[in-house]
Amino acid sequence: MNREELARRILELVTEIAPDVDAATVIPGIDFRDQFDFDSMDTLNFAIALHRELGVEVPEADYAKLASLDKCVGYLSPRLN
Amino acid sequence: MLSEFRLPALGADMDDGTILEWHIVPGASVKRGDVVAVVETDKGAIDVEIFMDGIVREIVVAPGTRIPVGTVVALIETEDAAAAPVATLAGESGGEGLTPAAAPAPAEEGRREGGSTAAPSDRLKISPAARRRARALDVDVAALHGTGPGGAITVEDVEQARAAPKPSPTPPPPPPPAGAGEGGGMRDAIAAAMSRSKREIPHYYLSTTVDVTATTEWLTAHNAAVPVTQRLLFAALLVKSIALACRELPGFSGFHREGRYEDSPAVHVGVAVALRGGGLVAPAIMDTADKPLTTLMDDFRALVTRARAGRLRASELAAPTIILTSLGEASVDAVFPIIQPPQVAIVGAGAIAERPWVVDGKVVPRQLLTLSLGADHRVTDGRLGAQFLARIAARLLEPASL
Repeated sequence: MNREELARRILELVTEIAPDVDAATVIPGIDFRDQFDFDSMDTLNFAIALHRELGVEVPEADYAKLASLDKCVGYLSPRLN
Repeated sequence: MLSEFRLPALGADMDDGTILEWHIVPGASVKRGDVVAVVETDKGAIDVEIFMDGIVREIVVAPGTRIPVGTVVALIETEDAAAAPVATLAGESGGEGLTPAAAPAPAEEGRREGGSTAAPSDRLKISPAARRRARALDVDVAALHGTGPGGAITVEDVEQARAAPKPSPTPPPPPPPAGAGEGGGMRDAIAAAMSRSKREIPHYYLSTTVDVTATTEWLTAHNAAVPVTQRLLFAALLVKSIALACRELPGFSGFHREGRYEDSPAVHVGVAVALRGGGLVAPAIMDTADKPLTTLMDDFRALVTRARAGRLRASELAAPTIILTSLGEASVDAVFPIIQPPQVAIVGAGAIAERPWVVDGKVVPRQLLTLSLGADHRVTDGRLGAQFLARIAARLLEPASL
């Protein structure tokens, strides 16, 4: 999966766990928290979705590294390839 | 006998709703707990369950009709008289939601969890924002092809459908319902419920600061040791602590109706969920006190996701016997919560923060949480309220026993 595909997949997961977020409006460089009031529940759901869909188990201590779309791609890319 | 199935109230702040879809047809058989209709309310599209067994004789109200709470929407042929009392579901003029007799019933049945997920799965995938936009633009969402994730209909799809020329001339769209903007209708509903609360309920407020260092350490260790699917949030510990405290001390988990308070035999802790478009709902985690933490957490997660997708069930909105409002994410120290009638108590939680605290005569940094209680003087006094908060705190400090 290249970075573009990965970003698209992550976006799908974000809108799956947060159905009230419009995927078209996500700005890759800005934290989900600042854009959409992502809270601890969203983050946990996101971590579970990443585990289920991509097979990556993100420790709680690394949650901050999933804060935005760009950060997610940077964090997950090396773990998937 | 023929029973009337009425539009249930979904809490104190709902006066009317619009049937969006029926999941039943005349001749179909229904069981208690089946989702029979989807109703558009100020709180989003709600799955409405039926509380009787029988055969559908007649659908009285067609989809698209806005009707007041308590309106007969379908006629059901029931087999015995036992179903009769629940047929008056939410028929109370006050619109106070399910009666205590009716509300706990669906949760007592384990099949509800699995059984009721089947019906909504074929629901139209559409975000609450897109549904609102469609209503404002008079676009028929059923005819749209979604381009969002999983084929979901997006706001853009709705707007494009509106831009496309319509095959036949249509009458001008009716004016949108009052406050149809972002969170508008819901804002009105919240305002009505809170005004009523402040008018009718003699509130008292208490707060206590708890050193939760040990609990947060336990949580961090727990979450590091279990698979990601079994990780817990602090709020889950709090919800369970509240539920157990409700079991120990009467006067906080129940309903005040027609001048009289009754403790609810089942404890259903509602969790206040802020919606991103604005507004607030407080659906219940059913039978909170009886659930192991991991089950409770699973239910909690699913509930928040469905609340934000606008896919709650009617019973979840009407069931809470007490509510937790946690504003920890908003970084406030404490909440002074307002009771949602006909309930008589609400617990608030602020942010957990590291602050100076005195332990054994020394000032040390500790993780502190301020818990608060809004309670009803018609039922309890501050002394009992203080005991209630103390019991919640005591439970919270023993996370392994939750």
